Order: sequence, then C-alpha cells, then structure tokens
Amino acid sequence: MTIVQFLIVSAALFSFGLYGVITRRNAVLVLASVELMLAAVNINFVAFDVYLGDTTHAGQIFSLFIIALAAAEVGIGIAIILMIYRNRQSANVDELDSMKG
Amino acid sequence: MTVTIGDFFRETANWAFLAIAIPTLLAGWRTVTSNNIVRAVLYLVISLAGSAALFFMLGAEFVGWTVVLVYIGAVIILFLIGIMITRAPLGQEAELSHPRSVRAPAALLSTVMFGVITWAMVDAFGSNAIEPFEPTVTSDLSFLIFDRFVIPFEVVSFVLLAALIGGIALARKDDGEGQR
Repeated sequence: MTIVQFLIVSAALFSFGLYGVITRRNAVLVLASVELMLAAVNINFVAFDVYLGDTTHAGQIFSLFIIALAAAEVGIGIAIILMIYRNRQSANVDELDSMKG
Repeated sequence: MTVTIGDFFRETANWAFLAIAIPTLLAGWRTVTSNNIVRAVLYLVISLAGSAALFFMLGAEFVGWTVVLVYIGAVIILFLIGIMITRAPLGQEAELSHPRSVRAPAALLSTVMFGVITWAMVDAFGSNAIEPFEPTVTSDLSFLIFDRFVIPFEVVSFVLLAALIGGIALARKDDGEGQR
C-alpha cells in the first residue's frame, strides 16, 4: 500500500464535504457535510501517523481530539438550529437573512 | 521505489482498500446530493463506517472504534433528532439543495480543491509505501494521552462539558416563554 491512496480518498471526501456545505439549504445537512470534512481530516491524520511511524502517536491522539470536538460541535449546532427553528419556523440557511443589508 | 498500476492491483491489501474506499466515496457523494434528508444522514453512516474501516486497515484500532461509538452511535442520533424536531421536509420532492446557479460554482470549486490537494500529495509523496502491519497498542495510546497529552486532554474535556451545558441552556424553553 502507498500513502497516496489514503490521501486521495481523504481529499475526495473533503471535497464532497465542501460541496455539501456550499450547496445544502437545510442547516442539519450543512452540519452533516462538516462531519464529512472532519472525517476526511481524521483519515489524513491517522495515515500520516502510521506513515511516519511516530512513537508519540500524535496523529491518532489529535484525531481523537477532533472526534470529541466534532461531538461538541454537533451538540451545540443542533441546539442552535433548534432555537432558530423555534424563532423562525424554518431551518433553511437561505431564509436566515435578517442581517442582510 | 516506484509503484505502477499493475503493482497496485497485484497487492491483495489494495483490493480490500478499494472494497472499502469505493463505498465510502459513493456514500459520501450521496450524503451531499441525496434529496431525501433521512437517507442523506444514513448515507453519512456508511461513509463514516468506511472511514472507521480505513482506520482498522491502518492499524489504528482505538480510533476506529471511537469513530464507531461516537459518530455512528451518538452523532447520527443527534442528527436524526434534529431532523425530527425541526420538522424538516421528509418527502422525496423536498428542496434540500440550492438551485443549479449555486451548485455549478460549488462543484467547480470542490473539483479544483480536490485537484490541488491530490496534485500536491502525489507530488510530495509519490509512491512512498506505508506499512501498517502492526496495530497500535491501545495501552500505548492511553499512556500517551494521560502523560504527554494530558493538558490538551483536560482542555478538550472542559470544552465538551461547556458545549453540552451550553447546548442544554440553548435548547430549553425559557420560563416566561410558555407554550407557543
């Protein structure tokens, strides 16, 4: 196996996530696309950790931190979406334009 | 050492890699394009399970199982609850994505992104081999977390605590608000 094949899968997943963040209207699906990007970053971290043979395993530990932060982010994100839905009766990101000049 | 396409298919591990990577990427693509909101989230499950399988291939067993437990076990449930609470349109005809005038530049941007990353990675690492044939021992990982990385670990746990308390504070109804 080469390292590049893992990096290409990760790059493709990251690009899909980027596409989803830009094109999705529903806020929950925007969050799901962000999760896809974070998963791609995790693949990169672990692949480089194994590739470098790092004895401190910094890549794997960083990917564990990213997983924890992603869980926190989803918890907060869903709570914010819930509040927005309660106030605006909509969870579509293009209808949240009250700060538009 | 150079690896040609023929060498790639001669190695058995690469077939397993393809069997994992192709469903992962297809499910990732359907996550961002599916017109059914519940299916999009369930495709995300397949994609994350594929990334966990890639971690197992790389010998990172603890990270792989953490992905299974945290993402597939908890985060997906949060997504589904979020979908149900916000009464997102569940039908097939729902407008979940922006119109074509937004999708085309986004597709161009993400294709360019993929091209640049891939070019940079192939240019830098070419055909360097990776040897994940000895799995990472979980006790090594835990010794490192609680020794070398203990301060970042504590910081992350406080971030998680603050985020969860903040989530509760945001999502609960205020007393004066009543039913609306």
